Amino acid sequence: MKDINLIRQPIGLRLSSYFFLIFWCIVAAFPIFWITVISVKLPIDAFNSNPLNVIFGPATLTQGKGLSFIDITVGLAIILFTAKLTTGWLGRMVNKYSPNGYLGFGWIIGSMAFGISFIVVFFAIMPSMLSVLNDYAGELGNNIIGFSTQHYSTVWFERDFINNFKNSLLVTTGVVTISLTFGTLAGYGLSRSGSNLAFWILIIALIFRALPHSVLVTGYLPFFINSAEILRPIFGDAAPTLYGMPWATVAVLVAINQPFTIWMLRSFFQSIPSELDEAARVDGCSHFQAFRRVIMPIMWPGVITTGLFSFLLAYNDFLVTSMLLEAQNTTMVPAIVSMFNMETTTTDQVVAVAAAVSIIAPLFFLVMFFQRQIVSGLTAGAVKG
Amino acid sequence: MNQKTFLAFIGPSVVMMVLFIALPLATVLKQSFYVTQPVYQTLEVETCTPTFTGQLCVKEIKTIPTIGDNGKMITQTSFVGFVNYQNVLELPRVIKAFANNSWRQFMVIDFWKALRFTLSFTLVTLPLVLSFGLIIALCINNVAKSIRGPVIFVSLLPMIITPVIGALSIRWLFIGDGILTSFLEWWLVRDISMFAQAWTIELMMMFYRVWHVAPFAAIVFYAGLQTVNQDTVESAIIDGASRWQKFRYVILPHLMPLIVFVTLIHLMDAYRVFEEVIGFSSQAHVISLQWLTYDFLTSDLMGNRSIGRASASSMLTMIGITLLLIPVLRGVWIDYKGKRL
Repeated sequence: MKDINLIRQPIGLRLSSYFFLIFWCIVAAFPIFWITVISVKLPIDAFNSNPLNVIFGPATLTQGKGLSFIDITVGLAIILFTAKLTTGWLGRMVNKYSPNGYLGFGWIIGSMAFGISFIVVFFAIMPSMLSVLNDYAGELGNNIIGFSTQHYSTVWFERDFINNFKNSLLVTTGVVTISLTFGTLAGYGLSRSGSNLAFWILIIALIFRALPHSVLVTGYLPFFINSAEILRPIFGDAAPTLYGMPWATVAVLVAINQPFTIWMLRSFFQSIPSELDEAARVDGCSHFQAFRRVIMPIMWPGVITTGLFSFLLAYNDFLVTSMLLEAQNTTMVPAIVSMFNMETTTTDQVVAVAAAVSIIAPLFFLVMFFQRQIVSGLTAGAVKG
Repeated sequence: MNQKTFLAFIGPSVVMMVLFIALPLATVLKQSFYVTQPVYQTLEVETCTPTFTGQLCVKEIKTIPTIGDNGKMITQTSFVGFVNYQNVLELPRVIKAFANNSWRQFMVIDFWKALRFTLSFTLVTLPLVLSFGLIIALCINNVAKSIRGPVIFVSLLPMIITPVIGALSIRWLFIGDGILTSFLEWWLVRDISMFAQAWTIELMMMFYRVWHVAPFAAIVFYAGLQTVNQDTVESAIIDGASRWQKFRYVILPHLMPLIVFVTLIHLMDAYRVFEEVIGFSSQAHVISLQWLTYDFLTSDLMGNRSIGRASASSMLTMIGITLLLIPVLRGVWIDYKGKRL
């Protein structure tokens, strides 16, 4: 059908739409772009009051650290090529090669392999090849923009950020796995039942969704600190002190996440016609078999989407992890806040910025890979009711 | 699906929600009526310092925490009724402030200061998020299909970025001689310090929140715009509806459930404002209810945490969000009942 809206738009309205969107995109991307720019400059450039000096970094250049015209072109080309691949080719490859019914695992493995090969190409192969190329290129090979990775190496190798990274990995993996396992079961059950009980469980889940996280933390903290004594009657001397254990925070984050997971998965399950499980039942499946063999294989898009949002919650959390973990052994986000608060020199500030960019870089690629899933996840709760 | 299989499916989740959400909530309620304190003992301590003329001894009566056999402080927990709530609400000071007719004295009290900011933050950002989201969605709907994808990609960035870092990235634009502060100084030809007074910090926090949430609203509304019934739009145009009337009487009613949905989610999330306080380090000027609880929970130099007061402020925070959500939930409820009948 012809889009009557589009045809009848007067030119002024369309132009102002474009202008507004350009404005919005600048507003949306600028702070993120800016901290990325700052993080690769020496402190003198990074906090210069002239924006052009910040972007081109003359002081960084005089130290011989910079990017040439060729570097920038090749780098941008590789990024654009990657983006192109992720939107089409990757999905096709995953669909083609993952065994039947394991599309989710296929996506996970596919995107991990893709991410790792991108990192290898972009950070290892490309720089060494480019340095050779720059020597031969003459004028084009001269550095024009200051660029230094020293703050990143400070963060990752001197400040022991790898330890924080491992904790983040542990917490996010735990949260995603557990919430999805429990959530799919409950979501399926709720979507296939019209009983009053199901309705009330959903309402209670919605109320739990509104709980401020600090309330739950207040409930957990005394228990976590004294857990060795409280659990002694059950576990004997092996009773652990949960405070400071990354895996123990998984329980809290799953609890925070569960109401939302259930709601989202329920709305995805509802979009699968129940005739499908009836057909499976007629063929002699039990309810659980129908769920496992018939529904789950076509539910993977919904599961991936919900998993993404669980991942974001666990990855982005500050409140729970900073409260329940010790300052020396936290996940990445609390670590950067403490880094930021104790900074004294401008170098330390830029190091903190570099840490921040390191944290959000994976998220950037996440949006690139999973844009469609994120959009469908946002609208799932709303449109399908 | 019969009752038994239904229970088997939802069982694990329900058990988990009871164990990990309902039970902690119950303990918070209980804790809010108790106070855990170290047991203090008064000791007479004699300290002697040698001087030229002999020893100079001073006797002092000191109150120190009792240390148990395991080297830890002995604590005792006692029921105190509503004392924790009184300590959080500080009603005598409130009454005094009102007697003096002084808003400023009132705003010095932590809880009320936090409540004032949390509520105004929530209620100011709500219309901004809704209207910006709607404008962005309408604009995306207006432009050519080929650039919608990239625009949505860029729009998603502020939404999924780690909140603390999002706040920090805005802060880095303004802090000290950050480029936006320099720009404002150049433009207004005066010295500006964005972090010296409460209202500029609040302004930045609200800006951050709108920046962070508007994409969510925009994408939900954009999805809604795709399902507008084109026949209705056409007949409205044939009936001579102007562009504004078409928007007001066809598109807006169609989006209404989504507007309610975004409102509900935004009320829940904005009321939890916390990361902004951390990101902008605004605790000296602006605090929120969640931050207050967080602050009570953080151990002081002696290693004590005021769990009792934190619980009380948690309970009060919860009462607040319930009151805030009741009007919206009531609307949803009436709508739901209407659909069922």
